[in-house]
Amino acid sequence: MNKVTNISDAISTIKDGQTIMVGGFGVPGTPFMLIEALLQHGARHLTLIKNEANEPHLGVSKLIEAGRVDRLITSHLGLNTTVLGMMNDKKIEVEFNPQGILVERIRCGGAGLIGFISDIGIDTVLSKNKQIITLNGQKGTVESALRADVAMIHAAVGDDIGNLVYEKSARNFNPAMATAADTVIAEVESIIDTGSLDPDAIHTPGAFVDRVVEIRKLRDEYGILEHHVFT
Amino acid sequence: MSNLKALKLTKKQLTVSNKRDKIARRAEKEIIAGQIVNLGIGIPTLILKYLNWEKRVQIHSENGILGMKSHCSRETADRNLIDAGGGYIDLVAGASFFDSSLSFALVRGGRLDIAFLGALEISTRGDLANWMIPGKYTPGIGGGMELAQKARRLIITTLHTNRRGRPKILESCNLPLTAKACVDMIITELAVIDVVDDQLQLVEIAEEATLEEIVEKTDAPLMVPDGVLPRF
Repeated sequence: MNKVTNISDAISTIKDGQTIMVGGFGVPGTPFMLIEALLQHGARHLTLIKNEANEPHLGVSKLIEAGRVDRLITSHLGLNTTVLGMMNDKKIEVEFNPQGILVERIRCGGAGLIGFISDIGIDTVLSKNKQIITLNGQKGTVESALRADVAMIHAAVGDDIGNLVYEKSARNFNPAMATAADTVIAEVESIIDTGSLDPDAIHTPGAFVDRVVEIRKLRDEYGILEHHVFT
Repeated sequence: MSNLKALKLTKKQLTVSNKRDKIARRAEKEIIAGQIVNLGIGIPTLILKYLNWEKRVQIHSENGILGMKSHCSRETADRNLIDAGGGYIDLVAGASFFDSSLSFALVRGGRLDIAFLGALEISTRGDLANWMIPGKYTPGIGGGMELAQKARRLIITTLHTNRRGRPKILESCNLPLTAKACVDMIITELAVIDVVDDQLQLVEIAEEATLEEIVEKTDAPLMVPDGVLPRF
């Protein structure tokens, strides 16, 4: 089955009120083209699951600034004072997770599990309102699995059956999110002939991916952020 | 207890930048050959400047890298290669990439030898608060809790006092904790302090510091061993 489609068809089924997972950690791995299309599409009252909220006026921050997002499940917003301000003004609800717990909740959701037990944050405010149980003599909080209606993924290379290869630090949350949504949409920098990827080198097998969209031209957003060049 | 007079030296003034470099230089000496190390944002990242690469250390970055080397120039910056703080980096030979899940398996699973982190407050028994000031600074925890709780050794590199000149080392923390009883060592521009059995033990004194100054700027009981302490 050929999963390659155009961008408007790829995101046309997204509805108001849905939960959307978005890959990326900073610029690398963030699907800017899909985010832009979602912004044009106009869906509202979304719940977003993303490691961070990119930076002001960049990536998912555009969706949040446009008032499309009611709730954000994330780990760190230190580089986005705009979204932090919206959180403080109660314009958006934010749920913070330790970063590794966030990805593990997603992995769990993708693996068909209900949740897991962890001692991270057990002695902190983060364990408030969480169920605490003891297993094998160890105390931990119950962490629920996370799934989404739609996952938006960025990969370097893909083929028409949805096999994906990520590049360098652009992998981050993408492989876990690609397993944890009812509809998984991948934007890829290039589509190559099916069969030309080394089976040993495929990071996400096509079974997890529903739609593949080729990025014909990388927007400026994918480029180097000058303020992060430190030397 | 030491003779206080014996420890008095002429006080030299260090700039904030000098202090940060001094801390980073001293912290580097804690790294043993072959170790897997994570460096938090701020002073910990400065350790890269002083790292002796002959030790074949592998620097872990939470976003899925083992073997980062240093921040790189605009010319060599790769749009797909940043560290967890967002800076463009280069790699050492033998570096590897992986996803965020595996990255934290490395941390929680006990494969991270040392994490160096900054601090807002540290308590006598090694509690750490470094992630939020309620009502003022609430950016989220990122990977900090897992690093603090699960690194085999947690070393805090921080200025001895906060911006208002108040001690960061306290009898107990007032701010929300990152993790309880997690700190093994504190390195400041004034002192190196071990956390042993719920007590703070002074182990080295900065060339520029006096014992009185350290005691005055530390709001917690400090064990001072007999004899002359090494200077750094």
